[in-house]
This record gives sequence, structure tokens and C-alpha cells, in this order.
Amino acid sequence: MLTILLDGIASGMLLFVLACGLSVTMGLMNFVNLAHGAFGMAGGYVLVVLLQRWGWPFLACLPAAFLATALLGLLLERTLYARLYRREHLDQVLFSIGLVFMAGATADWLMGAQQQIIQLPAWLSGRVDLGIGELGRYRIFLILVCAGIVAGLQLGLLRTRFGAQLRAAVDDATVARGLGIPVPRLFAITFALGSGLAGLGGALGVEVLGLDPTFPLKYLVYMLIVVAVGGANTILGPALAALLLGVVDVAGKYWLPQLGAFIIYTAMVALLLLRPHGLLAKQA
Amino acid sequence: MSRPTRRGLLAGGTALLAAPGLARAQAEPLKIGLILPMTGPFASTGRQIDAATRAWLRTNGEVQAGRRLEILLRDDGGVQPDTTRRLAQELVVRDKVKVLAGFGLTPLALATAPIATEAKLPMVVMAAATAIIPQRSPYILRTSFTLPQVTAPIAEWAARNGIRSAATLVTDFAPGHDAEGVFKARFAAAGGRMALELRSPLRNPDYAPFLQRVKDAKPDALFIFCPSGEGAAIMKQFQERGLKEAGIKLIGTGDVMDDDILNSFGPDALGTITSHHYSAAHDSPENAAFTAAFRAVAPNMRPNFMAVGGWDGMTLIAESLKAANDTDGDKLLAAMKGRSWLSPRGPVTIAAETRDITQDVYIRRVESREGQLWNLEFDRIAQVAA
Repeated sequence: MLTILLDGIASGMLLFVLACGLSVTMGLMNFVNLAHGAFGMAGGYVLVVLLQRWGWPFLACLPAAFLATALLGLLLERTLYARLYRREHLDQVLFSIGLVFMAGATADWLMGAQQQIIQLPAWLSGRVDLGIGELGRYRIFLILVCAGIVAGLQLGLLRTRFGAQLRAAVDDATVARGLGIPVPRLFAITFALGSGLAGLGGALGVEVLGLDPTFPLKYLVYMLIVVAVGGANTILGPALAALLLGVVDVAGKYWLPQLGAFIIYTAMVALLLLRPHGLLAKQA
Repeated sequence: MSRPTRRGLLAGGTALLAAPGLARAQAEPLKIGLILPMTGPFASTGRQIDAATRAWLRTNGEVQAGRRLEILLRDDGGVQPDTTRRLAQELVVRDKVKVLAGFGLTPLALATAPIATEAKLPMVVMAAATAIIPQRSPYILRTSFTLPQVTAPIAEWAARNGIRSAATLVTDFAPGHDAEGVFKARFAAAGGRMALELRSPLRNPDYAPFLQRVKDAKPDALFIFCPSGEGAAIMKQFQERGLKEAGIKLIGTGDVMDDDILNSFGPDALGTITSHHYSAAHDSPENAAFTAAFRAVAPNMRPNFMAVGGWDGMTLIAESLKAANDTDGDKLLAAMKGRSWLSPRGPVTIAAETRDITQDVYIRRVESREGQLWNLEFDRIAQVAA
């Protein structure tokens, strides 16, 4: 029972780290970036190359995956995405889905189409008995890391100057610019941060979700569900949504395996009916 | 366009003069339309079979029975039956191929079946494994395997070897249902008890809840069937959740322990017992020759069951060409039916009635040898019909 709950929390946390960048670009920057999963995939491959081929320690690979995808995000934001901020959503969708296919083909060409498999360090594999139920060490690690990220993001957005500037820029970019807030630079940094987090999520997820060139498309739906249910302009909303969906998904598969894949969608429909503007959104 | 030169004309004339002589020594080539997924999620299948056919030609020579075997390779991407069908049509109508071959997955083979029937051309299925395929056209033959053919032996082996109750975990798509049905029927007939039957969605992010369920049900063994790359994810969870320590044996069909990727599974795979018709570790001179020829073409790959299907497909085509001494589709087909030969996997026969392959099926255990993982065969069920 408790094992199921904790499994669900771990998988929800992972979903959140993958999706929170999407909620930032979609909610804060009003940009529909369907290629978000591609950054997750990039992070995953960075981890695989560093860990499996170059023999880096696992804990060093995670920040490396974050930095590499953040840099990649920054580069793409400056060269490609920045041109599309003012365009219609359809243009953005077409552009970013094209980017997904290009990313998939590139990954296939560079790394091959097969599932990537990693070997975790010994201290992260195996289970521990918590007295009330057994849990995999890696899942505990996931929960701790992701909880740290949620807390960091929430504090960063609410308590720092950067967070305040970002919220201002989103509320009204013109006024923010008039007040001397460097909006384009702010967006670039935010985009890089979101991409980096997706990369980190992808790297953390290799062990649990697997990694192959179809990754961005495979998990795009889940990421969109998280953002849709959680509401697109907070941090806590998607975090709560991801947790809820993770737990419902895992529990559903355990108790009602014959319904398998449908449970997460049912949960989404129910939540959207109850809170159409997102879990924590104030009624407009 | 270059203008005809005197030398060119001369050369052309000589060729024309020599042509009748050439025709006697070597008739027009036999064109084989090979349709494989060379890109996309099933590219591994295409790469294996492509390498195997090239290895075959390099080993046995391109000229067979006085004709050059010419392979026209087409990539269908592996996911759209329409594409496969269109490529087959083009190969037949425009390129005038005499044999269609390849076919990575069941829907792709089924979509092409009407083309083979209409064109009256043999269609050699080298990979797709759903049982019904050859029933869809009297021109379809198969050199791979069928899912029931390799599933029944592991069910019976399990029942004979002290496994009293079993759970199944299969991917929720047609081949998965096939495997589940056959395992259940054979295991129950041999006196075993089914503890739990689970189906996981095709696009499944996490096997954890399913395996937790299995662990709580405490069966003697867990039978798994899934698309080949997914096996690793299941096995990792199987270890992490401690199902092995709980005394649950992991069994399955051999495609889960695909030789192509087995090494990357790591020590988690050790001890997994599967049944299949081919292992790269199969001990025979034919297999030694096959693996050596394959490595000469693709040094970074280990041949898997897909590769052996491609290699045997070439053997079937070439031997039938020799027997028929004609490229007519019906005559080739007649020569293919009932043909037997010694494959790298052991003795095989294309059954005359079903046009499907009869072969030995082996029970194998994953073991480590010289730092690499292999499926080592330790039991054999002789000549299982498809």
C-alpha cells in the first residue's frame, strides 16, 4: 500500500521535473513549445554518454546534463525560438513539432534507435525497508531531488529579484520593458532554465522511463496533461498535478491493471471538469 | 548527356556482339525486392536483416544458378503498412522484381499480402512473427518463426521443471495477446496454475506497479512478452523490486533477450530463462560460419534471430532458384514449398502445406562468458511446427 503511494509520488515528481519547463514557457512566456521533450531526451543522452561511455560518477552526470541542455536551450532560444514569440500559436506548434522530429532523427543517427540502458551506482540500486513498506533507493533519491527542485523554483520565483522581474515581464511585457527590465534576456534565461530542468528530468528518468529517439513524442502527452491540469502559470499547480497523476496512474495500474493506460486520462478529464483553469488557479 | 564517342560506340557494339554469349553463361539477374524498416523505432530489425543478406551474398557469391542475385533494398520506416504496400507495388510494377522479401512487422506483411497474390510472386517473410501471416496469401513463405511456436515450449518446460504457478505480463497488442493465450493454454494443459494475468499498455512509462502486483501474488515464475527493447526496463524493475529474492523465476520468449542488445542489459539479465529458435551462441559449424560472415560485414553487431531469418531467406531463394532454374513466380514458389536445409539455427523445413517454418526450439539461460552475456542453450525441443 505505502509502496504504491511512494512509487506514485516518485513517478509524479519525475513527471514534474520534465514538465515544469513546459509550464514556464507556456504559462509565463505564452509560447507553445511541443519540442520540450526533446530537451529531456538530450539530457538523457548526455547522461548515457557520460555515465556509460566516459565513466563519470552518476552525481556528476546530473548537473552536466542540466548544464548541457540549458546551453542548448539558450542557443536555440536566441537563434530560433526568439523569432517566434510574436507569431501565432499555430506557427509555434508547427515549428516546435518539426523540431521534435529533427531531434528524434538526430538522436537515431548519433545513438541508434535502441533503448538506452544504464547501470546505476551500487548505493542507488536495491531497496530499503522503511518499516512500513519497502522502497527502491533510486525512487527515494528521485523524490528527494525533485522535492528540492520544486522548493527551489517556488522560492526563486517568489523571493528573488529575478523571479519578481519575470512575473512582471509576464504580466505586461511592455510596461516591464518601460521600467528598464531586460525582457528578452529574462526570457532567454528562463527558457534555458526550463530546458535545463527538462534535461535533468530526462537524465533522472533514463532508469525509470527508458530512453530512445521516440522519447519526446512518447512523453509529450504526459507533459501536456500535467500542464493542462496544473494550470500553466504557477510552479505549485503543475507540481501538485504531477503528483496526483503519478499516484493515480500507479495505483490504477496496480489495482485495475485491465484499465491500464486509461486511468491517467480519466483522472485528467475529471480534474479539468472540476478545475478548468488549473488546480490552483484563481477564478477569473 | 555526353555525345556518343567513337570509343563508346565501339564498346557498345562489342557488348552487343558478346551479348548472346553472355546470356548463355549468365541469364538476366534475379531481382529481389527487400523491404525493411531501416529507420524509425524498428531500425534494428532492418539493420540486422540487411547485414545478414549482404553477408550471405559475400559468402556464397552473387551468382547463383547462373543468375546474379540483385537486391533492391527499400526502407518502409516500420510503422506505416501503406508505405510498405506502396513500395512493394513499385518494386513489382516498375522494377520487375521476382521475389518480395523482408517485412519487419506483422501489419506490414499483411498489407503486402494482396500484392504478392496478384503479382503471383513469392513473398519471403524474414521477420514478422504473428501466426496468421502465411494464411493471407498462397504466395507467402516464412523463414523467421511464429510466436506460438516459441511460446509453447517455455510453458511446457516450466510445468515440467517444478513451476506450479505462473503470472504473465505481456504488452497489450496483438502479439502480446497471442503469447499470453498460448502460454496460458499450454501451461494449464501441463498442470500449471495461472496466478495472475497482466497486460501493460504499449506506451508504458513505468512497469513498477505491474511488477509490484506480481510480487504480491507470489507466483513461482513470471512469464513476460514485450517488444524487444522493453525487456531491459522490465528486468531492471524485476531486480529492483526484489522479485528474484522472493523466489520468482523470470521466463519468456527469446526476443525479450535479443542478442543484439543483450550485452547492454548488464548483470540483471543473468539467469533469465527463455525459449527461442536462435541464439548467437548456438554451437554448430554452420552458426560459426554465419556469425563470422556477419561480423565481416557488420563488425559492431552481434547477429540476432532477425539476422538468421534474413540469412535463411536468402538460402531459401537461392536454393529454390537452383531447383526451379527459372524466375517464374509459381515455379519458384513450388520449389520453395517443402524445402529443407541446415540453417545456422539447426535443421529447418518450409512445410509444404502451411508455407511456414518447422524448426528446433531451444531453452536457454542468460550466462556470462568472457565478459559478455549470451543465451546458452541447455534443452531442445526438436522440429516444432509453426
